[in-house]
Amino acid sequence: MAISRREFFLNSAKLATTSALIATGIVSYSKYAYSIPATAIRPPGALKEKDFISACIRCGLCVNDCPFPTLSLATEKDGVAIGTPFFTARKAGCEMCDDIPCVKACPTGALDKSLTDINNSKMGLARIVDTEGCIAYQGLRCEVCFNVCPIRGKAITIEMKHNKRSGSHTLFIPIVNYDHCTGCGKCEEACIMEEAVIKVLPMQLVMGKRQDHYKLGWEEKQKAGGSLVSPDIEHKYNLPEGKQYDLYGKGLTDIKVESSLDNALDSLNSLNPLFNIKRK
Amino acid sequence: MKKINICQVVGDDAKKTKGWIGANKYLILRRLSQLGILFLFLLGPWFDVWIIKGNLTSSLILDTLPLSDPFILLQSFFAGHSLAVDALIGGLIVLIFYLVVGGRVFCSWVCPMNIVTDAANYFRCKLGIKATSSGVSNKTRYWILAVSMSTAWLTSSIVWELVNPVSILHRSIIFGMSFGWGLIVLIFLFDLFVVKNGWCSRLCPMGAFYSLLGKVSLLRVNAKEREKCTDCLECYAVCPESQIINPALKGNNSSIILDKNCTNCGRCIDICEPKVFSYSSRFKKN
Repeated sequence: MAISRREFFLNSAKLATTSALIATGIVSYSKYAYSIPATAIRPPGALKEKDFISACIRCGLCVNDCPFPTLSLATEKDGVAIGTPFFTARKAGCEMCDDIPCVKACPTGALDKSLTDINNSKMGLARIVDTEGCIAYQGLRCEVCFNVCPIRGKAITIEMKHNKRSGSHTLFIPIVNYDHCTGCGKCEEACIMEEAVIKVLPMQLVMGKRQDHYKLGWEEKQKAGGSLVSPDIEHKYNLPEGKQYDLYGKGLTDIKVESSLDNALDSLNSLNPLFNIKRK
Repeated sequence: MKKINICQVVGDDAKKTKGWIGANKYLILRRLSQLGILFLFLLGPWFDVWIIKGNLTSSLILDTLPLSDPFILLQSFFAGHSLAVDALIGGLIVLIFYLVVGGRVFCSWVCPMNIVTDAANYFRCKLGIKATSSGVSNKTRYWILAVSMSTAWLTSSIVWELVNPVSILHRSIIFGMSFGWGLIVLIFLFDLFVVKNGWCSRLCPMGAFYSLLGKVSLLRVNAKEREKCTDCLECYAVCPESQIINPALKGNNSSIILDKNCTNCGRCIDICEPKVFSYSSRFKKN
């Protein structure tokens, strides 16, 4: 059945418009669908979120090979891109298997096979997000997170501080160390508070970024093998013109240019006893 | 005279000569294949027997043979991910398999959505709902295929899989789902009330992708004994892509159905009383 040129173009226009509409719908939906909640942690070795959602084909092989009830594939209600693997630390943290079966199972490289030592994984980073709620900060002994940590004594250490409230006791403050924390979430899972005060957050959420122009003097010194400025100049604040800075006083303030007239008036006024009373 | 819907009498004659099983042979085999594959996937999570792991997008048989869906790998490629070896090997195996047995054999023998849309078709016939075939062009699926790839490229992520009912259904049966059922029910209702074979034969980009393999795939349906045709029109009624039959059955050229959209479901072979159709290679000289 031959169709006229007019019909052909009309049909194509119809289909192209429909396709464009569908594409717009899907792309808009994807913006919402890819806003991963902070509670959803990707398996070990997962690429950066942006790359992960182009690499993960949602086959669930990592979930099948996870020996614990940790990993699951997201359904519509999880708020995670549907079908992608994740875990919720509060429910079940990663047990950090030595042989990392989930990474081995991944066929596409969404979980990076170059991760061979689970201790090097960075699923997220644990942070004590609520120091008010953490009882260790209030002077009570707890240290549960410190004790359940699979890299005990390294990823979380206890820092002892003076308890100012009682004046004679010690605070045993848990501190998460970036270099060793894998984001497995066992600390969040175990936190004894009704709502965990220590939480594992996804890297893209928890990590800040310094601009390149911030150089750490001592590092640069080491790199250069000696002081870069010689002789070493004395520390001073680099302040905008007409400003002064007093760390323990009023902070950043204008430098007051006192005119000789003001001084003369002040000294005149100081002769008046009433003026001094008012001023105090 | 009461007008009868041809779909309600389809296969009656074939049953008389070939018996119930003979007239439903490939339908039964297809259901066994579809449910069997699903069951194999469920053996793991249900009974802890891991013959096959994963789901239809990628799986691992007996911890050795990788299989991956080339359609989703292509999306991943367009999203900018350079694929790992496992996925490429798995994709290649699947690709070669369907190039031999027929591109859309996936649709009719493997895809779980087929059971849903076949059910819609069954009820459409039983309820005597008029077959509306106009409205949605069967070329729409190729445009949606283009949409699925271009959106992957535009967003650098596999977006079609957020809405792909085929993978959502299969994954959900194996890994659990919440309101994903809604999407499946909608497609069932769409096929039932709105457009006959609306999803599988008009919209699904996965089917469109496998149709492209069907352009060159080896195994075909052949209207070999076409001179025996009694013009009962039953094959046109059962075929999900009814436009593909005519050139082979009534044309003067090859009797082999070479149309890329043929799903090799074999329903025409089942219901044809004079046994016009049979499977053959695409190179067979009638």
